[in-house]
Amino acid sequence: MIMNMVQALNSALDVMLGKNSEVLVFGEDVGYFGGVFRVTDKLQKKHGRHRCFDTPISEGGIIATGIGMAAEGLRPVLEIQFADYILPAYDQLVSEAARLRYRSNGDFQAPITVRAPYGGGIFGGQTHSQSPEAIFAHVTGLKTVIPSSPYDAKGLLIASIECDDPIIFLEPKRLYNGPFEGYHDRPLKPWSGETESHVPEDYYSIPLGKAKVKKAGSEATVLAYGTMVHVALAGILESGVDAELIDLRSIVPLDVITIEESVKKTGRCLIVHEASKFSGFGAELSALITERCFYYLSAPTIRLAGWDVPYPHAFEWDYFPSPDRVAKSLKQLLED
Amino acid sequence: MCFPTYRQVGWLLARGYPLVKLINQIFNNNDDPLKGKQLPVLYSARDFGFYSLSGNVGTRFGHAVGWAMAKAYRNSDDIAIGFIGDGTTAEGSFHEALTFASVYKAPVILGITNNQWAISTFTGLATNQDTTFASKALSYGIPGLRVDGNDALAVYSVLEWAADRARHGHGATLIEFFTYRSGAHSTSDDPERYRPKDEASLWPLGDPIERLKQHLLANSEWSEERDDEIQKVLDKQVTESLKEAERIGVLGESKPDVREMFEGVFKEQDWRVKEQLKELGL
Repeated sequence: MIMNMVQALNSALDVMLGKNSEVLVFGEDVGYFGGVFRVTDKLQKKHGRHRCFDTPISEGGIIATGIGMAAEGLRPVLEIQFADYILPAYDQLVSEAARLRYRSNGDFQAPITVRAPYGGGIFGGQTHSQSPEAIFAHVTGLKTVIPSSPYDAKGLLIASIECDDPIIFLEPKRLYNGPFEGYHDRPLKPWSGETESHVPEDYYSIPLGKAKVKKAGSEATVLAYGTMVHVALAGILESGVDAELIDLRSIVPLDVITIEESVKKTGRCLIVHEASKFSGFGAELSALITERCFYYLSAPTIRLAGWDVPYPHAFEWDYFPSPDRVAKSLKQLLED
Repeated sequence: MCFPTYRQVGWLLARGYPLVKLINQIFNNNDDPLKGKQLPVLYSARDFGFYSLSGNVGTRFGHAVGWAMAKAYRNSDDIAIGFIGDGTTAEGSFHEALTFASVYKAPVILGITNNQWAISTFTGLATNQDTTFASKALSYGIPGLRVDGNDALAVYSVLEWAADRARHGHGATLIEFFTYRSGAHSTSDDPERYRPKDEASLWPLGDPIERLKQHLLANSEWSEERDDEIQKVLDKQVTESLKEAERIGVLGESKPDVREMFEGVFKEQDWRVKEQLKELGL
């Protein structure tokens, strides 16, 4: 069936609510209304008010309640309306969800899945556009998953719900309705024309920690996740460089083997993310490449990222990594 | 399930948790049930209905609500009880938990141990002095009770009432247990630096164990002889348990296998931990 990313995520939740009575879905506006991005549309009507429900506007409360339920044995899927709003719950995620299994020596665990739309390109300004993945990647005990297509979104969300560890599931909201390639001045492209919009209606899962080689190539490796997978692909095509594009799909667990194999083969690496550069996840990727592939490198690794400024509303397209910048970085990488 | 603060080790003992095991945790020795991963006295004992403690105050108050909601979802008549200290009522997590407890009528008892001191801070800094902690319940639309926390029978009856209420589907109760922290906050705290030396001796509501004893003596339910006897039995039990734990080893003399450090970050070890184990030569 052809699905956009919203429909694929909705289908994942629908399948899991139907399959496992311990799965509950809740968050702000997710019940009766079906979510501001419609990801939980009709789930309450179908599965009932005890399975899918609205919560107070209290991110800390949502996550704390979810952890208590998860410790008891349920599988809560919690929506934070925008990743930008997750910070009041950061203490719960870091001090509790991430640490509960370790500090109790396995006595209790917190298998929560926290869904949050993240990222820019939607004219949302600072508080609806940020990419906070690095602040979760640094926390031992949390896993961070970021899909880039409807097919992956459904399979990875199901795997996340079934995982016994706490998961931050970041949904690239600019990709909800189409594979945005970064050309903001061109007409919107729907998912329907893409292979990855063919999504099975039934249950399937994609293992966490397995990157996907989105495009094979020999001259350079490009690492990306979320919206940037599509921007990077457009930039590669624009550049004419025979680059290999790897969609990480989850940054924790990280598929370091696929990265290592590709960079050793190509000898050059470009890392692309929307979040600002300094101490961004690209810094970790760059360090890993230096540690593991140094003697295979023909050029210094390049990080193409958001500028080191807060997400700037009027300057969105100056901030947002574009296919042009990807192409330029690739050419530089080959010249170095 | 009980969601305690670090002042509620008594619950663990009342539920029959082995004393030696408890001391092993304090010593972080080879037999520490938490395998050296947690600060002494921050126990976890699921089989005894005792939730994992943490040094972050208040962060588990909302877990009690979530646990209670999970039990209600399963149509179980199990309930949860969560505690917080007077000082921590100023944290957002206190208000978040009360909001969720009241909105969803969670079968939970939420207790505040008001021992009047948050390290060096008196209660007037946790809330306005013209109100009580119990009265905060009113704005959430749930009952708020204030009880003499040093009166064992009053504590028992108020908890029984709240538990009954929760089990009958009437929702949460907030209870303030008014008491006094006569000792120091911790072993590294010196209360004489922030309160009068004789303050503890002037506390009028007495020691809860002594008060219960006097009550039972007055009702001829107890005798000095039995009291002496149980005191001796318990002293012996504690001393023997301590010696047994010391034989396993005290802090610094004995600790779990260092491989334990890498267990339980996730359910299964990821490549980072596996590589770091090798780096340590393990």
